[in-house]
Amino acid sequence: MIHARGLTRKFAVKRETVDAVRGIDLDVEAGRLVAVLGPNGAGKSTTLRMLTTLLPPTSGTATVAGRDIVADPAGVRARIGYVGQKNGAGENFRVRDELVTQGRCYGLTRAEADRRADEVLDRLELRPLAARRPGTLSGGQRRRLDIALGLVHRPGLLFLDEPTTGLDPQSRADVWEHILRLRAEYGTTILLTTHYLEEADTMAERVVVIDHGRIIADGTAARLKNDLAGDQVTITVHDAADTARAVAVAGRIAAPDGVSAEGVTVRLRVPRADAALPEYLRALEAAGVKAVTAEISRPTLDDVFLALTGRTLREGEGAAA
Amino acid sequence: MDLRFARDTATVFSREFAPVPREPLGLLFTMGQPLLFLFLFGPLLAGTPSFGGAGGDSPWQWFVPGILVMMCLSGPMMAGYNLLVELIGGSLERMMVTPLNRTAMLVGRTLKEFAILLAQAVLIIALAVPLGFRLHFAGVLAGLVLLAVFGIGLGALSFALAIASQPGGELFYGVTQLVMFPLLLLSGMLLPMDFGPAWLQAAAAFNPVTYIVEAERALFSGRFTDAPVLYGALSACAVAAAGLALGTRSMRRGV
Repeated sequence: MIHARGLTRKFAVKRETVDAVRGIDLDVEAGRLVAVLGPNGAGKSTTLRMLTTLLPPTSGTATVAGRDIVADPAGVRARIGYVGQKNGAGENFRVRDELVTQGRCYGLTRAEADRRADEVLDRLELRPLAARRPGTLSGGQRRRLDIALGLVHRPGLLFLDEPTTGLDPQSRADVWEHILRLRAEYGTTILLTTHYLEEADTMAERVVVIDHGRIIADGTAARLKNDLAGDQVTITVHDAADTARAVAVAGRIAAPDGVSAEGVTVRLRVPRADAALPEYLRALEAAGVKAVTAEISRPTLDDVFLALTGRTLREGEGAAA
Repeated sequence: MDLRFARDTATVFSREFAPVPREPLGLLFTMGQPLLFLFLFGPLLAGTPSFGGAGGDSPWQWFVPGILVMMCLSGPMMAGYNLLVELIGGSLERMMVTPLNRTAMLVGRTLKEFAILLAQAVLIIALAVPLGFRLHFAGVLAGLVLLAVFGIGLGALSFALAIASQPGGELFYGVTQLVMFPLLLLSGMLLPMDFGPAWLQAAAAFNPVTYIVEAERALFSGRFTDAPVLYGALSACAVAAAGLALGTRSMRRGV
């Protein structure tokens, strides 16, 4: 569905050139649900805007839904749906009118556009709001309307730019339910961007991590976590002397760069924490060190990002805000 | 291609026009200024000796076309403003990802403003007839066509400006405020430029609106073969060509 090679995009900001995207290669097969994850300013949206023909790339090529984004942007537009970060419905118009207009934009006849509008109104549970203006809807309702606008022409490929940003947990879950159902029913290929780690982790089959305009990791969430972060074993001991000895013992179980200590806490990165913990405790016992507490934790995508960049995604978020 | 263009234009026009009949009061409000000029300023002209006293056409024949050109300036500006709001809001982006023709997006929006202008023109003319305005039907029709061409050009220019003004929109407000009044005052819309000093007349000669106003006056009096009609037509076509070229280019460059 998507084949991108060497996509780049530069922006001129106050006479300086900013490389927003520095060379993206991406292939997405039909029927997949792919999440593009990265901090604000990583180049996620710029990549999406190039793939959806909103922005011409500075260099590189891409075919989307079988059409070249530069040579045949109209062909791409006819075959994809796009839900942007901002609200898609105009403030002066009524909900249903906007859906009908959207169908007409895709060349549907008036009757067909009417039918599709009603269909997506029902599908996204917006029917009671049909005659309202978008400004009178709640955040979650507006987002559902945005998604409905992206679906009127039944695209085989749907782009969603941060579909759940700024929504409360209930609305986020609701939006996700609709996205997943849509996929189950129509087999729509979905590419979405998010900076919510949990979303990428639980919803997507494949996570593409972008930082500074490049793809730095690509795979299933489980594989990224196993390969790049690993499990963590954390123990606490009585005093500093014990900490030193516990670190020494840990060196026999985990790789040297996988061991860290802070006060009376010792952390080990290991492939399988459930197996490593008993082994570590026995070794400590033999060395005469008493562990006070012990716990294991599975890695998150944030750990993956940390392992790759030395920063956490949440730090990036705070800095941007 | 042409059929698709017509269909896309119709799509945009009907989207933009749908809210208008729902708020008929809005139509009247936007007419506030022209109506004030018609009723509070027009009689002054009619009472001025060099206008009303002398023979020839009634001062209304001279003044009504000017009022229509004035409305034709503010309508397209509103179109640009609406576009700016949709640019900032995100609904324009949504439509840019559809196969909708870019130029049709501009033309459809301007046509909606023109439809409103047409309704307002009919009302103004209907109000001016009892005051002494003589209706030359064919001339008025030709005058409205000229206004349409001019209005489409202005609308497209206003779109280009709106696109250049994002994300804040300050540039749009600044330029429209700065440009509107000089264009208006230097066009001889309210008072004949002949009354002014030479430098003012020279400045007016550089204002494309001047030629439109003079062409409209000739047409509204039924004088089709006057030279100003030709100059006005050229001026309107030049504005339309420049506007559509600039507007479409800014749309293509990415929003």
